[in-house]
Amino acid sequence: MDINRRKFLKAGGVLALGLSIAPAKSVLAGVKGKYAPGPNALTAKNWAMVVDMNKLEKDVEACTMACHKEHNVPNIDNKKEEVKWIWTDKYGHLFHDNKHDFMNKEMEHRHFLALCNQCENPVCVRVCPTKATFKNKEGIIMMDYHRCIGCRYCMAGCPYGARSFNFKDPRPYIEEINPNYPTRTKGVVEKCNFCSERLAKGLLPACVEASTNGGLVFGDLDDPNSEVRKVLDTQFTVQRKPSLGTKPKVFYIL
Amino acid sequence: MMYNSRNIIIGLIIFVGIFTFPFVLGAGKANEAPKLSLDTPKINELIKKEPIETVEFMRNNHMQLLSDWKVAVVRDGNRVYVSQKDGQEYDMSLQNTCLDCHSNKEQFCDACHTYAEVEPNCWDCHVAPEVIR
Repeated sequence: MDINRRKFLKAGGVLALGLSIAPAKSVLAGVKGKYAPGPNALTAKNWAMVVDMNKLEKDVEACTMACHKEHNVPNIDNKKEEVKWIWTDKYGHLFHDNKHDFMNKEMEHRHFLALCNQCENPVCVRVCPTKATFKNKEGIIMMDYHRCIGCRYCMAGCPYGARSFNFKDPRPYIEEINPNYPTRTKGVVEKCNFCSERLAKGLLPACVEASTNGGLVFGDLDDPNSEVRKVLDTQFTVQRKPSLGTKPKVFYIL
Repeated sequence: MMYNSRNIIIGLIIFVGIFTFPFVLGAGKANEAPKLSLDTPKINELIKKEPIETVEFMRNNHMQLLSDWKVAVVRDGNRVYVSQKDGQEYDMSLQNTCLDCHSNKEQFCDACHTYAEVEPNCWDCHVAPEVIR
């Protein structure tokens, strides 16, 4: 058979077109079912929390325990490698903009509850190179651990120390694994997710549930009739490091 | 006429022989594909023993399905999957839904993955039933 240059190029073109369309086939043959939110899901435009330290006092321990148990957070007894979603710290560390030399001693040594602030303007989301950290449609700063490459830019960016890196396999450090929630693996960063998996089932966050005295109030910041807005309207509240412009959504009554 | 044809031809025969002998040796002796057991407590309770989509679809596309589930749950906050096969609803969770019925991970996951020599890293984070036991 005789083939000239023109015919050869034509055939090549058709082949190239075919090869470029072929991958589309697998996309079209993808998943066929539909997706829906859970029937009992609690929804909001912008989830927020108020921490009332006066009411919380004795529940602080219970709150952290409940969260860490629920989410399989390892208990690593080494400050440099510890993993935490919710923790306690002194006033001077959490609110150091407002610290002075003549602080009330009780206030200075009290243990305040701290967790991810779920910022309106999150630094961690801006710096994440893989979009593993993102803000979901309900205002929660979420992590997709499948995408996390462990670069720790988010940890450098977060001004609240709310993120922890898994320097080693966390499983040996989890006392009792909760079979309903995954663990993390070596090499990913993790943090509080405002219990989005519980909200989807119609449950309040684990820490809020553990604060029996109403020390933690949870609700929609964009809804003027929500629980959090009622508290914010009637009481004086502060945020951690507001001068940085991250607009934290965890408010404190001290 | 080719130079050194004798040596070249002998060399070629030896070369082809060495590189094809694993195939010649293994011809017609395929390892049998694993036959999966459906003998788990949850599956035995079912009247109709069918997966969430057709067996064929699940066999070919379960990895894509799981990836899409992850995006739906984590990114979009949709946690319920409505099957196209019969409209039944499922909570999208590898750990709590798939492995709830298929609690025999050694059969359901590992048998084929070992046979096909693929090592998905699902169980680095997701909790396999044997970890809880």
